Amino acid sequence: MVIGVLIIFGLLILFLVGMYNSLVVLRNRCDNGWAQVDVQLRRRYDLIPNLVETVKGYAKHEREVFEKVTQARTQAINAGTVKDQGAAENMLQGALKSLFAVAENYPELKANQNFLMLQEELAGTESKVAYSRQFYNDSVMKYNTRLQTFPSNVMAGMFGFKEREYFVVTEAEAKGPVKVSFS
Amino acid sequence: MFEQISENKFKSGLLVFCFIVLIFMLVWVLQYLMGMGTAGFILALAIASLSAFISYWASDKIVLTISRARPASKEEYPYLYNVVEGLAIAAGNPVPKCYVIDDTAPNAFATGRNPKNSVICVTTGLLQKLNRVELEGVIGHEMSHIKNYDILLQTLTVVMIGVVALLSDWILRGVFWGGGRRRSSSRGKGNSLVLVLLAVGLVLAILSPIISQLIRLAISRRREFLADASSAQLTRYPAGLASALRKLSSDTEPLEAANKATAHLYIVNPLKNLKGFVNKLFSTHPPIEDRIAALEKM
Repeated sequence: MVIGVLIIFGLLILFLVGMYNSLVVLRNRCDNGWAQVDVQLRRRYDLIPNLVETVKGYAKHEREVFEKVTQARTQAINAGTVKDQGAAENMLQGALKSLFAVAENYPELKANQNFLMLQEELAGTESKVAYSRQFYNDSVMKYNTRLQTFPSNVMAGMFGFKEREYFVVTEAEAKGPVKVSFS
Repeated sequence: MFEQISENKFKSGLLVFCFIVLIFMLVWVLQYLMGMGTAGFILALAIASLSAFISYWASDKIVLTISRARPASKEEYPYLYNVVEGLAIAAGNPVPKCYVIDDTAPNAFATGRNPKNSVICVTTGLLQKLNRVELEGVIGHEMSHIKNYDILLQTLTVVMIGVVALLSDWILRGVFWGGGRRRSSSRGKGNSLVLVLLAVGLVLAILSPIISQLIRLAISRRREFLADASSAQLTRYPAGLASALRKLSSDTEPLEAANKATAHLYIVNPLKNLKGFVNKLFSTHPPIEDRIAALEKM
């Protein structure tokens, strides 16, 4: 009889410990997801100087486009708040699109292996940024759901687990179509 | 999309439960006939597990060698690498190793015992014939097989099939040759009951190997649906995979490196010999029209 009670008590302890630990794991996944987005963004920023140099090799006089891209990149790297970063990202997207539009006029550049590689890398990195954000949001969903459902919501309240925010595109500008200028 | 995922997970769990029930019935019959139910079960489990887990551990190497796949370097296939890496990020998995089969028939498979030791393989035909969103759908499907531990589940079903085969074999041997082992307590308790139970046990022993194969194939089909739904969750674009499946189904070229042993691993049946109701029941993959319909419903 006593042994039975002890076993049940032991199992209960295990269950509670498991619940607490899984809350910690889910929260850490959110943090990891958020950091991973920065990794991909950084990769993108690092690709750009290489791209600019390759295009410069064929289209030296298109200085305006190069300046815009470099400026936008610097701004994006130095952006402080999430809002600033969103705006800088948007500018960078636009500048890159102009850069590629310019490259269309130079057939030798378009055939250049390095340029094609960089184009593919950039496209891939854009996808990866999106996937990282998606994974972050998925992690937040799982974590928040765990915080809201019974019985883990009780434990979450006791130990001060807070809900995380989703990554949302807030700028109305960012949601609209990006203007590509061929002038 | 999430509903389909839960439904598929639930149904595959149900099928595994059916397997366990089948094994329990066989153990019971064995116990009744020969008094060695528990011992028999443990022995069968040990034998079946040994061979199955050896192949599970080396699953990636074995399958890659049979399929004549070669490693795909990042320099040679940057496009493929980017797609695989992106979807690995979305799935929260480590990046699987990429392999390529030189064949114009478009197809793909994934294998490996856990996400850390996983492999994705595509044919050169697939890379040529699909566009980016379609390729993402296919790779998402393969990544989901890895994420959902389908290789492990497959291995477990193979173990259970082995157990069923051994138990039913011993029951049949016990009935035909081990007459003296029948428990004496059954004498005088109503021979008709004994005969009925004997008949039932016999029928069960004869039919269970085929029943277990049908369950395994049903599980395989259910996991294919689950992989499709999980792929849609990763890409958030089910139309991509639907379009890829349409292209793959209209391509009638069989994959040379595939045979019956590895056919179940590929995204679409590479042997292209599926016609008729019986074939559907014994198929490892659901009909493509059903898969496309499920994706379009999301």
